[in-house]
Amino acid sequence: MNGIYMTPEFDVIRSDARCTACRVCQRQCANGVHSFLAEKGVMVSDETKCVNCQRCVSFCPARALKIVRNDNRLRENANWDQDTIREIYKQANSGGVLLSSMGNPKPLPVYWDKILINASQVTNPPIDPLREPMETRVFLGKKPEKVTRGADGNLITTLPPQIELTMPVLFSAMSYGSISYNAHAALAKAATELGILYNTGEGGLHEDFYPYGAHTVVQVASGRFGVHEKYLETGAAIEIKMGQGAKPGIGGHMAGAEIVGDVSRTRMIPEGTDAISPAPHHDIYSIEDLRQLVYSLKEATRYRKPVIVKVAAVHNIAAIASGVARSGADIIAIDGFRGGTGAAPTRIRDNVGIPIELALAAVDQRLRDEGIRGRVSLIAGGSIRSAADVVKALALGADACYVATAALLALGCHLCRTCQSGKCNWGIATQEPELVKRLDPDRGSERLVNLMNAWRHEIMELMGGMGINSVEALRGNRLMLRGVGLTQKELEILGISHAGE
Amino acid sequence: MRPKEGQVRIPSGCAIAAVISRDGNRMSGEGMIHAMEPMHDRSNGLGGGFAGYGIYPEYKDFYALHLFFDSRDTRKACEAFLKTGFEICHSERIPTRKLPAITDEPIIWRYFVAPLQSVLRDLQLDEKEFVVRTVMRINTEMKGAYVFSSGKNMGTFKAVGFPEDVGVYYQLEEYAGYAWTAHGRYPTNTPGWWGGAHPFALLDYSVVHNGEISSYDANRRYIEMFGYQCTLQTDTEVITYIMDYLLRRQGLTLNEAAGVIAAPFWETIDRKTDLVDKEKHIYLRTLFPSLLITGPFSIVLGFEGGLMALNDRLKLRSMVVGEKDDRVYIASEEAAIRRIEPDVENVWSPAGGEPVVIRVKEGVQL
Repeated sequence: MNGIYMTPEFDVIRSDARCTACRVCQRQCANGVHSFLAEKGVMVSDETKCVNCQRCVSFCPARALKIVRNDNRLRENANWDQDTIREIYKQANSGGVLLSSMGNPKPLPVYWDKILINASQVTNPPIDPLREPMETRVFLGKKPEKVTRGADGNLITTLPPQIELTMPVLFSAMSYGSISYNAHAALAKAATELGILYNTGEGGLHEDFYPYGAHTVVQVASGRFGVHEKYLETGAAIEIKMGQGAKPGIGGHMAGAEIVGDVSRTRMIPEGTDAISPAPHHDIYSIEDLRQLVYSLKEATRYRKPVIVKVAAVHNIAAIASGVARSGADIIAIDGFRGGTGAAPTRIRDNVGIPIELALAAVDQRLRDEGIRGRVSLIAGGSIRSAADVVKALALGADACYVATAALLALGCHLCRTCQSGKCNWGIATQEPELVKRLDPDRGSERLVNLMNAWRHEIMELMGGMGINSVEALRGNRLMLRGVGLTQKELEILGISHAGE
Repeated sequence: MRPKEGQVRIPSGCAIAAVISRDGNRMSGEGMIHAMEPMHDRSNGLGGGFAGYGIYPEYKDFYALHLFFDSRDTRKACEAFLKTGFEICHSERIPTRKLPAITDEPIIWRYFVAPLQSVLRDLQLDEKEFVVRTVMRINTEMKGAYVFSSGKNMGTFKAVGFPEDVGVYYQLEEYAGYAWTAHGRYPTNTPGWWGGAHPFALLDYSVVHNGEISSYDANRRYIEMFGYQCTLQTDTEVITYIMDYLLRRQGLTLNEAAGVIAAPFWETIDRKTDLVDKEKHIYLRTLFPSLLITGPFSIVLGFEGGLMALNDRLKLRSMVVGEKDDRVYIASEEAAIRRIEPDVENVWSPAGGEPVVIRVKEGVQL
């Protein structure tokens, strides 16, 4: 069959004056873009294979390379843009569902960028975090509704299990399989050093990482890969994954070709079999079924681990979260539509789900209206890009934020959005040993620690500016936020006033 | 039209003062008026008020409701509503004195009431909870009526004006109480009416407060889950509701409640060697994170039989305590205390987050 020809998406621009034909680019590119033309003694490029991951650019010792957008254009059309037409060609050629990776890249509203933060002037003082204590410690978990006292009148100070974090951030779920052993190692080490948690995702927990258990969220998803008693016992918390922001309503599929060696053993499935996570949990077709799984996991771990229920932000998220809060969950994680993924159908990723800002605001308010906000902690995720996003999420009502894409960037990801190929040149989203070893877990961990320490300082600066010296007083403090350029409806859902009000 | 307080949030600076007799000796309200005089510049004439404890011994078994009304019709409607749930033992206009400095006065009445037992049984509520719900209902639903005091054997008196004038206006020299608190307000905007003046009171809890808390909306949105409605958008209102929630509804002690709203820093808790105390603080901070109050405040909480003074944990507002014989004085400035007790002894500044609780001695008839 003759496919429709498509011009490559990128141009590889090589400066002949600078290139020494050292062939570093060739060795660095797993996609096979660069090759050496011996007869002419020059490097040549096959742009059709380029994903613009910037690996060759970063490693070229002569700084001879740059990757630019191919400026060959189809005739301009405001309705039929280039990407839409290319997708039509791809599907006409292949007959397949289009796959994409990482978060929704479409120009949909980013509410974080339309929300501004307050600062103290005159009537109360800003607090300087360099001079005064500034607290970022948080506890996630169920808070009892009533204080209890013993016969002696003293407080009974036992609490349901809580997760203690030194700052209101956790690394969110990325499975071993979707990312590499070294990426997991870096996340586990960094979480431990930072006093926060990382999350196994659905791939089970590699035996080497059990020592990091106190800083690990172990996930139980619809495929139940890698779930066994010791796994549950090892984690600091257990997460039931009901949905993912990048692909609400569907499961996952990892090709058998990638289920090899340790990945197969950790997932507890035979080598070479496809790892299919069903769209629903087949033991959860309703809210009362979720309650049973929550309590099964609690029974299995003797009520010593908080249970997180992770749901994608969808239209009816407030009612769903309210139901989950009444189902024994200790923590609800809400994942917005910009959340990342190792692979998702493009149509789902780009069209399903709602922004985390609106979902979070709606859930926090609903739980308060129902008087049950204290029963659960809320984690917001789905493209938290900076300390400012964290502060805004907290002020809207989150107890903490899940961060994944930013963490991958710290590991060297250049957001080429081609994870599904399994050929990540940065050693992150790949299982090929030659590529995996490109990521040094110790250096990766160091950069993750740097990033989070930087964010923590920024969170403290922003809080101090508002005259707040503890994250507890920031949480749900919507008076500290103002919207710019938002409609009355958007402001109403976010529960904030417009700037100037 | 300029919005009234409650429709907008108005930050304020302030002056506070308080006195209590540990022997339960009753003092005229006049002393507090004089105490406020040297702190005149801490107020700007847009709010002043007082709370007196032990001032209604003849009605001490009845809840003393103090109300503002905007018209006679509102008063009649409100009285009809009160009669559906309470026996009104006595009602009267609160006596005031005409002063050029105090204008735009509402109609101010007080009612000495007892909840009807049959109504309590039907609603399955205890007496205090029923009073609280009635206060919330009037303040949120009955336009033009506002309950600003609702405790037994105590009362608050407040207005827009300088505190010295407000005290004279309410003829406080006619009242005698074992404890008094006073407040002068420095709001940034015109409140438009008298509700936002301090003290703020619910049941026998009253709060005078100097500061602007940065945790306001976190506190408000949490406490509103439990039936409280912050109609005035002031810090003092939300602090009063928090104290009622922690002390009455959760049954915490004053020290425990102080450990919630002005919690020790984690690094202080981590260093504690008294493990029981350490456990207690971890528990309180973990259980009530949304009731931590940040930003500057100095408050005096009045309650039946005592006062509690408390500063924010960084001590961002001045507050001193002094003693003389059976009396303990609290004020924003030492000058205020010395005006009414030149020979005051043991003057000290309590540390941030360190509650100072003074109670009338046990066995004293209040």
